[in-house]
Order: sequence, then structure tokens, then C-alpha cells
Amino acid sequence: MDQALKEQEGLLERRQWTKVPSLLRPGRYFMQGDEACAEGAIAAGCNYYAGYPITPASEIMEHICRRFAQLPGRVFIQMEDEIGSIASVLGASWAGARAMTATSGPGFSLMLENIGYAIITETPCVVVDVQRAGPGTGQATRPAQGDVMQARWGAHGDYEIIVLSPWSVQEAYDEAIRAFNLADRFRVPVILLMDEGVGHLRENMAVPAETPIYQRWKDPSRPPFGEAEVPPMPAFGEGAKLLVTGSTHDAWGYRRTSSPQAQQQLVERLANKILNHREEIQRTHRHYCDESNLDVLLVAYGFTARSALGAVRLAREAGIRAGLLRLTTLWPFPEDAVRELGAQAYRVIVPEMNRGQMLREVQRVVPHAIGYHRTDGEVITAPEIWAAMQRALRSDKKHVLEGKEQER
Amino acid sequence: MMGKRYEIQLAGEGGQGVVLAAVILAEAAAVQEGKNVAQSASYGPEARGGLTESEVVISDEEIDYPRVVAADVLLAMSQKACDAYFPFLKENGLLIVDSVQVERTPRADAYRVPITQIAEEATGKAVTANMVALGLLVGLTGVVSIPAIEAAVVARSPKGTEALNVKALHAGLEWARENRR
Repeated sequence: MDQALKEQEGLLERRQWTKVPSLLRPGRYFMQGDEACAEGAIAAGCNYYAGYPITPASEIMEHICRRFAQLPGRVFIQMEDEIGSIASVLGASWAGARAMTATSGPGFSLMLENIGYAIITETPCVVVDVQRAGPGTGQATRPAQGDVMQARWGAHGDYEIIVLSPWSVQEAYDEAIRAFNLADRFRVPVILLMDEGVGHLRENMAVPAETPIYQRWKDPSRPPFGEAEVPPMPAFGEGAKLLVTGSTHDAWGYRRTSSPQAQQQLVERLANKILNHREEIQRTHRHYCDESNLDVLLVAYGFTARSALGAVRLAREAGIRAGLLRLTTLWPFPEDAVRELGAQAYRVIVPEMNRGQMLREVQRVVPHAIGYHRTDGEVITAPEIWAAMQRALRSDKKHVLEGKEQER
Repeated sequence: MMGKRYEIQLAGEGGQGVVLAAVILAEAAAVQEGKNVAQSASYGPEARGGLTESEVVISDEEIDYPRVVAADVLLAMSQKACDAYFPFLKENGLLIVDSVQVERTPRADAYRVPITQIAEEATGKAVTANMVALGLLVGLTGVVSIPAIEAAVVARSPKGTEALNVKALHAGLEWARENRR
């Protein structure tokens, strides 16, 4: 992209940001994770919800339904199933709405075809997946983190997507807001990947006075599918002539199903509009990571990060230099932060309520990382991570790179 | 481990209302008294039956790990629940069981209270047993104030059932007052 165009887009991007007063009275609340996610969506201006109930995500839908009834200009629909739900959400988004749906693994599976459609048509929307133990119907009421790779790669084709994973009720609220803003900012579906542990957790949280909002850029004079890295998105019914297709298309939406250039340009732009802005999207948090050479670094996300922080505190009490790198953005994978901290740590452990989905991604940049897994539909506890840390510190060589050994 | 923590575990079968009891206790501590609180639960998909467990963690500090590590209190409403969660109770922790439902108590100093029977006598409804249990728990531990738990019960009661639930709550509080060791 040429420099002038880039600068123009930077200016434009800044112009689209505003702050609005929060809908809830600012202050402290005691809320459930699912409810906080719904409130975050409402604060972010979500005005269209279509969904189908499923444990452990149903409370999001129930809360939105109750609250939309009290607010003007907001539409709630219970659809016939999850395929209808996501289709309806995409239509609403093209009609100018800030649209969302929420589900769990079985419903998320059904939504994936249309999530792919949202990616190629660059349709902003928020899809919440409150993970439960799968595969299949699995255990409806039990927590898991088995949808990490499904959220990343579930739709067909080659693409980038944004996936956020809150660890607390507060973050369920905050990240729901961020999900809507990122969706409109990059014209992409954003997956808010919660888990039952966070979704059904009740705890204290705070509502700030103002909510940041990214207003969709609607300029109908510029092509809606090209030229700019993130093109403008006019809404149906506002005068722009729009062609929206899931087939390969050019900048104005005309189908180009035999053009190698059109296909390549589209695929590359769809990926690069995310990858070129990783710093803006990636959010990580460091807990007790101040020393340059940690004995143990935990890399965790979602509910498991709560257990990991508990384990780090236990380790610190025992005199172990332990730290936690917490991933709030899962995709695009925050590999720079993981690489930097991982390289300095003697042992790196990735606890997950799955068989090691994020572990493999961590190992790509930190080869000596090891996993700690639980697949029985129970949360991983702080004491058991602490025990795993002690085992890892006791064992010498096995999982550790030679170079690391020599340094010691 | 993580500041001054107080951990409460309520367990029973699906349908006995142990999750709701935990939510109300949590709201009494968090909403009424402004404390740091985390509440969570673990249950099956059944509407009735199946092992059900709920937890309330109250702390002076921000709560990092929100689940029970070693409970200060276990209130068990069934034999299965008592057997399953007793191992998580601290050695000097407080054990309260519904003596109508729990035959074998793993510790001699447990409070054996006919919770279901007290509920039936106080309100004519066995389903208010969870409110009696809440009254007992608050009466025996003082973990939240009586006005706080009353207000939390009223706030969570469906319209028209407030007085009934408060009555059950007070039946539990009264038993605690008379029998506290």
C-alpha cells in the first residue's frame, strides 16, 4: 500500500473512535460471567441478537432478551437453530446493526460455514462460544477449552480471525466491548471464546463511566471490498449500490471466480488486514514476570489462567520465581510476547482444559514448553498446577533443550 | 495462600436449591456488604437428582483462584454429597448435614440438623430447606450479617414468596442460636 493512502487510513481510523457514557450506572457490580458478557455487548451498542439457547451460554441470551425489552431500538430474536442465528446476524450487520449471537460447542460447529461467509464478505459480528466438554453433545454443564483450534480454523479456506478469551467476569464485560470494536474496525467476525468456568462464575466487577466505540466507516464513494486495507462498509437501505457475495470478488463486489489475481489479492488482504495490526489486537498480561530469569513460566488463558495465578502465588510463597503470561487474545497468536518470556524461563508450562491445543502453538516459539492437561470436564485447580510445577522443576533434562541445560 | 479467604461449600442433589442458596449467600456478602466474593457451581444436566455442588469464596483481597481449595464450611444435604465433598473440608472446618438425608456423618463433631423437617414445620414446604440451610450457615458462622442475608433472600425471591423464604431462613437462624456450641 502506498504511504499517502496509509496515512489517510490512519487518520480515518482515529476519526471513527468515540466514547459514549456507559449504559449501566458506573460502579461496582456482582455479576455472572455470561451476564457481564451480555452487558458488555449492550454497552458496546449491540442492537441485534439472534440466537438459540444452549448450556452454558443460555444466560447470555436470557439476559439480552430481558434487557433489550427495556431499551429502545434493539431487536432480539430466538431463531430455529444456530445456522439461522448466524445467518440472521450477518444480514443484520449488512443492514447496519451491531449484531451478536452466543452459543456453545455444538452450536458453534453449526455456525462455522456462515462464519467463513462472514470472513470473505467482511461482515463484522460477534460470536460468543462458551465452551463446554465435547466433542459432540459431550457434557453440557461441564467446563472445557476444546474449541481453541475450532475457533481458529473451523471454517474452510485460508484466513485470519480474531479470538478473545476472558479470564474473569470483568473481562467478559470488557472483552465483549472490545470484540464489537475490533469487528467493526477490521470488518471481521470476532469470536469471544469463553468457558463454562468463567461463564457461570459470579464475582465483583466494575462498570466504567465511559465506553469506547469504534463507529463503522460507511463511505459509499469508495469500493467496499478493496483499495483500502479495511474497506468502508455501507449499510443496505442507505443508498449505496451493494453486491455481497461469498464467491471471490473484486473491489466492488463483482464475482471473479476464475481470476488468479482476484483470488490472491482477496486472500492476502483478508489475512494482512489482521496480521498488519497484531499489536492493536493482541492483548496479553504479565503477572509476576519481573525477573529476567524465571524458574517457571505459566502460559494460560480463560478460567485456567485463574488457577495458574493461584499456583504462581503458591510457588512464590515457596520461594520459586514463578510467573504467569496470560493470553486474552488467542488469535492472532501473541507469539512475540510468548517467545520473549518463554526464552527466559527455565521451565514453561501450558495448563489447559484440553489435550494441548495452545501448547502446540506455544511450542512453535518456545520448544521446551510442556503441557498440563485435564479432559474430565472438571476445572484445573491451583494446587494441581503448583504440583505440576514442582514436578517439572525436579525432573532434569527430559523436556528441556540442551542449550537451556548448559546455561544452568 | 491468597489473603484472608473464607471458603464455603454447599452440596446436595439437583433440585434441592444448593446453587441458589450459594448465589444468595454470595450476593449478601458482595452486594449487601461490599466484600470480594466469587461464587461458582458444578452440577449435571438433570433438573432433579445428580450430585450438585456450589461454592462461595469470600476474601479481604482480590480473589485470584475463585474455587474452593480447602473449605472452612461444608453444608451437605445428601449422603452422596457429604461423602463426595468431606475430603475438601479443612481439618478444623465446620460440617453441617441434613440429618434427614445424611445417615453416616464422617466426623463426630458435625452439626446434624433435621433441615428438611425444620423447613416442613416452618413453612409446610420441604423445598424451603435451602433457606433453612442458609439461616443455619449464617447463624453458626456469622459470615454475613442477618440483615444482609435477609435482604439477599428477598431480592432473589419470586414475587409473593418473600415472606415464606424469610420465614424458612429465620427457622434456620433460630436453630443455630439455640444449639450453637
